[in-house]
Amino acid sequence: MTGFIDHTAPRGLLATARHLTRDECEAIARRVLGYASADETRVTISSGTTGNTRFAVNQISTAGDSYDAVVSVRSAFGRRSASATTNKLDDASLRAVVQRAEALARLAPEDPEAMPELGPQQYQEGAGWSEATASLDPGARAAAVRAVSEPSRGANLVSTGYLEANAGAFAVANNKGLFAYRRSTAASMTTTVRTPDGTGSGWAGAAHHDFSKIDAAALGARAIEKARRSVNPAAIEPGRYTVVLEPTAVGNLVQLIAGALSARAADEGRSFFTKPGGGTKLGQKVVDERVTLSSDPFDPETPGAPFGGDGLPQRRTTWIENGVVKNLAYDRYWAQQKGVEPTGASGFRMSGGDASLEDLIASTERGLLVTRLWYIRPVDPRTILYTGLTRDGTFLIERGKITRAVKNLRWNESPIFLLNNIEGMGRPVRVSASEDGSPGAPIVVPPVKARDFNFTSTSDAV
Amino acid sequence: MRALVDGTWGFAATSELTDDSVVAVARQAVAQARANRSAQVRPVALAPAAPTAQGEWKSPIQVDPFAVPVADKVALLLAANEAALKVPGVRFVNSGMSFLREEKTFANTDGTYTVQTLYRTTPSMSVTAVNPTAGDFQSRSSAEVAPMGLGYEYVTRSDLVGNAPKWAAEAVEKLKAKPVEVGRYDLVLHPSHLWLTIHESVAHPTELDRVLGFEANYAGTSFVTPPEKVLGQLKYGAPLMNIQADRDQVGSLAACGWDDEGVKPETYMIIKDGVVVDYQTTREQAPYLDWWYKKAGRPTRSHGNSYAQTWADVQFQRMPNVSLLPGAKDTTWEDLIAATDRGIAIVGNGSFSIDQQRYNAQFGGQLFYEIRGGKIVGMLKDVAYQMRTPEFWSALDMLGGKRSYQLGGSSNDGKGQPSQSNAVSHGCPPTRHRQINVINTGRTA
Repeated sequence: MTGFIDHTAPRGLLATARHLTRDECEAIARRVLGYASADETRVTISSGTTGNTRFAVNQISTAGDSYDAVVSVRSAFGRRSASATTNKLDDASLRAVVQRAEALARLAPEDPEAMPELGPQQYQEGAGWSEATASLDPGARAAAVRAVSEPSRGANLVSTGYLEANAGAFAVANNKGLFAYRRSTAASMTTTVRTPDGTGSGWAGAAHHDFSKIDAAALGARAIEKARRSVNPAAIEPGRYTVVLEPTAVGNLVQLIAGALSARAADEGRSFFTKPGGGTKLGQKVVDERVTLSSDPFDPETPGAPFGGDGLPQRRTTWIENGVVKNLAYDRYWAQQKGVEPTGASGFRMSGGDASLEDLIASTERGLLVTRLWYIRPVDPRTILYTGLTRDGTFLIERGKITRAVKNLRWNESPIFLLNNIEGMGRPVRVSASEDGSPGAPIVVPPVKARDFNFTSTSDAV
Repeated sequence: MRALVDGTWGFAATSELTDDSVVAVARQAVAQARANRSAQVRPVALAPAAPTAQGEWKSPIQVDPFAVPVADKVALLLAANEAALKVPGVRFVNSGMSFLREEKTFANTDGTYTVQTLYRTTPSMSVTAVNPTAGDFQSRSSAEVAPMGLGYEYVTRSDLVGNAPKWAAEAVEKLKAKPVEVGRYDLVLHPSHLWLTIHESVAHPTELDRVLGFEANYAGTSFVTPPEKVLGQLKYGAPLMNIQADRDQVGSLAACGWDDEGVKPETYMIIKDGVVVDYQTTREQAPYLDWWYKKAGRPTRSHGNSYAQTWADVQFQRMPNVSLLPGAKDTTWEDLIAATDRGIAIVGNGSFSIDQQRYNAQFGGQLFYEIRGGKIVGMLKDVAYQMRTPEFWSALDMLGGKRSYQLGGSSNDGKGQPSQSNAVSHGCPPTRHRQINVINTGRTA
């Protein structure tokens, strides 16, 4: 990235993005708790700056910078509880939000599953803050955009994309003495480069909490290369294909397992993780033994908050180990019911292998190379079955080589089936796996070669 | 605050409404526009808009949802849950109601100042039935109860308590439904299902920003392009197909007095007798269609389709209500079924997915009924249809009349980066589409 500085920008734009400090959060929490008369009161304080720049047709189309600070109060009288939220931090507004939460809590019915607030907790220090991200101003964002748009324009291609950088702080406190504070950053940049005649389209993207780890020019070069290679795609028959999924496509699909891990749903018979006849699939092998899926907020590549929204300490959790279900997600209530520890963790890492993407392609007699997946929506929760399409770079592999671009395909597939059909895996990498290009939860996954991926129809969309 | 400086946009926002903070935000928006100008190729030009010096608008509510005691709301939901749980086989129920009251004040340097109070009301319910021995479970959502721009009177009218036993029984019935055989079927689509198909396959592809390539990185582009080869020429569907855009239908989610650029929205046709005649536009976009409007003898003006989800998000082109107009005859849902020899009737929206140019789509539903010889003969499951948009709409051969027209809609239509949620309604009668490809989505894990 070039060192562009916009001298017309006010100084404030070049400073670290605004957010509330630990001291400011503690002071707000003290004020809120001072107004409270409920049996239990919890206050969460979320503050920060979000900046984004969009580009389309090789120029910046829109951008935005905004700052907000939001205080939420949860009040409980016995088993009756309610919450109220405000983004005004003066005394009268904080008093009013407490009164509103308390008034609503008194009206709420008793919650038979209510859990008491936690007392003071010990938290492990986590990573997740980057000055490079926090100081990224509109001028620097524009420079990163030009690193993509100018080469695209020079190559007579059409670039479109999005850059987002967030910096903020999150704090939790309650009247039992718990206090937790964390500041974090997140950034992502994605681009889609198309040929002017609309017959070719290539995508590249990256996400990281540290913007200096995102190479805008390299993303542009990759998308340009894919746009050129993807022109005039040939239609192929839908059906079962061996696929080489690039890491982004693996992330698109495998992260869906995270949303299906509820222990309660499994215990109650409404989950893939329900064992037919009753109970859960804990201890049962559900995918290939080479697969381990875990969440670790202290992994520097998947940093997350060391505490949850209720102040519960987060810890490394292995969901699937060597193909066997090791843990399901327990909230505090269900954990108590089942006599286990509650789980809480963000981010997602999948184990991999030693192959490079090129190795996986070279070992494929006939198959498809897939860049990313799109419009992914649930079809059947019994098998974690989803549907969606390939997009922005789908290629035919024949005798170990990419031979031509093919038309996009609709698939109906489950990450569980995918992870049972593995033929090879590469080194796991951090990906941008959110469909909307936002930083999303941090995901680290390998490229995967798998057999029998289920494509059900072709699409004319480029 | 959005600022246009030498043909480039800047936008900044803050929740701090002090004089100093507001001035700082204005400066920040202008400074950002100047930074963005470094990547300018074609300067933004705006279509003129008549200013509204003083405007007020309010959603047509009868009962303010925020005036209804929380205890009453909770009692209603718990009664609905209890009614559903009484049905044997039901294992899990949830119900909810959410309300929005938004005060929106808009001012611009063209001299417009408007104040609007917008309400949205969303009652909802979902029932899950479990067959533990078979390891099977099926859910039924309250898909016929659309979110609306109405007040608490809509919650009352939706009658969750009265409907709960029916929805619960249908969830249980789905456990015993026959898996569908793959093949081509005539589909009879209820308005509670069809609104989403219209949303995805008609409303999105006729957004002009997608057509021009502005959303290529996320929402996608459109097959309805280029405009000079589409307008007045592209046959989108059967001549029965008439698609109207508005922000005016009573109780609809997109209804408002002015859009988020201060433009009074128009009601206009997008597809007339099956042919594309217009696109959805903002002030920035309308000039791209100058040649078409001149040819039609109309001024080049925005249709009033600009929207931002909150004060912290920049406004851009979002769909208005996009609706399929009913037919001239008084045809009903029952008439469509009676006229169908071998088909599937689908009620309620379910799974949905469509490609980035809006060609290839797949839709599920809530309830699927097998039609044989003009009669419903039983329930099916694991049904989804796959379609190519122009073929699906060309296969439209019957549609309901005025009495069968209903509004569906969504309050979380995503588009843009950062993704913003739009709230939009789609009205339609029931329709019949001939020989559509149906797949079976059931798999064994």
